[in-house]
Amino acid sequence: MITLAIQNATMALVALLTGVALVAAALLIAGLISPRSFNPQKGEPYECGIPTRGESMAQFKVGYYLFAILFLMFDVETVFLYPWAVRMRDLQGQGVISIAVFFGVLVLGLVYAWRKGALEWK
Amino acid sequence: MQDLSLFTSWFHNTLLNLLGHEWIAVTLECIIVGVILLLLYAVLALFYIWFERKVCAAFQCRLGPNRVGPWGILQSVADMFKILIKELITLNHVDRLLFAVAPYLVIIASMLAFAVLPWGNGLQIIDFNVGIFFLVAVSSIGVLGILLAGWSSNNKFTLIGALRSGAQMISYELSIGLSIVTIVCLAGTMSIGGIIEQQRDLWFIFSGHIPAIIAFVIYMIAGTAETNRGPFDLPEAESELTAGYHTEYSGIHFGFFYLAEYLNLFIVSGVATLLFFGGWMPFHIPGLDAFNNVMDYIPSVVWFMGKAIFLSFIIIWFKWTFPRLRIDQLLSLEWKYLLPINLFNLALMVAIVAAGWHL
Repeated sequence: MITLAIQNATMALVALLTGVALVAAALLIAGLISPRSFNPQKGEPYECGIPTRGESMAQFKVGYYLFAILFLMFDVETVFLYPWAVRMRDLQGQGVISIAVFFGVLVLGLVYAWRKGALEWK
Repeated sequence: MQDLSLFTSWFHNTLLNLLGHEWIAVTLECIIVGVILLLLYAVLALFYIWFERKVCAAFQCRLGPNRVGPWGILQSVADMFKILIKELITLNHVDRLLFAVAPYLVIIASMLAFAVLPWGNGLQIIDFNVGIFFLVAVSSIGVLGILLAGWSSNNKFTLIGALRSGAQMISYELSIGLSIVTIVCLAGTMSIGGIIEQQRDLWFIFSGHIPAIIAFVIYMIAGTAETNRGPFDLPEAESELTAGYHTEYSGIHFGFFYLAEYLNLFIVSGVATLLFFGGWMPFHIPGLDAFNNVMDYIPSVVWFMGKAIFLSFIIIWFKWTFPRLRIDQLLSLEWKYLLPINLFNLALMVAIVAAGWHL
């Protein structure tokens, strides 16, 4: 059991290193064979083709932030749902009831956010 | 059904006899696995680029790429070489560290998810007992790469593209997660091998009744959004944002985002395959033994690839069928429709499994 876990973790590490190696090798090859020329215009942001105006790291809509918070709530919920889903048949009625209560609280949260207008894009 | 783990164990033993020491054999195996992963990743991504161009061309009554190689199959290889010899430009005001790290994150996320996929009977690189959970976890690293790419580029359009992409990917990740939980309820295990083993007699899309079908539809919609494709391609809406979050990347730097995007298409359809269509499991009908035996003659790798490529064809089809959504429509589709439907669907599945109605 433990050796299997170690084997899997090793393979995950191999996959991770393969990803790094892919990027690093391609960048190395590109760095060796690609041409280089200097031009002051090259360092400017492309944006849409005309010179940039104003600050580039501008303020953005706060709506994205609201959705990120809502996402956090439901994402943590799904993390708790996984182990329960695996053991569902063994836990029987009690498990279903307790997860239903947990679920209900979260749905209430969604309803609250909905009623408050957090899901509207204004 | 030929069990390919016989081959891998034979390979391990041969290496062990040949080299004598276990650690050398294991290291060599790790290197071989890495090289195979790398080649498969590149070849599949290039195949998908070609495939998408061909399918798009067919939808628009064009021929598509047909000059380089037979049926233009080498076109994407030629494109990759072209992209490799382009100059890498780093702009003046970018955040250099984050700008360089972003492609690594995008590639690593897709590579880790790629390694979890079951290729055939006994042909799986990583088989954690929490496999599907691991897959969800690693595939959400990709959004970090996209956010960093857009943020560090010092460009207003990339910033907007990255934020849109972030909002979209995190929102639709919920739908993906919940439809996977629905299937985990049915399977009673999170291990990918276990989920596939459960579908030996009948695939989950047939044995799970209505909840499995609803979960599959939601998964496909969310998967399309997760890969920034089809009607949900607002992070790179050309007419609004130039090219979205990767506008300022040039040469092979851009190529990484491109490769990862197509690989993610394969991963999404591969995961749909393993959850709903039995992974490498052949099509079986309980009771019809003769038919089942005939199906068993088709190799498992062919089954997996066939189903995955068919599902990706459907995702590509979406792109030419539906018009692009607006960001508010996109978010309300997820939060006001898919999420409540998904929660209800999960409850339905729990009821069905608890009552023992599943096949």
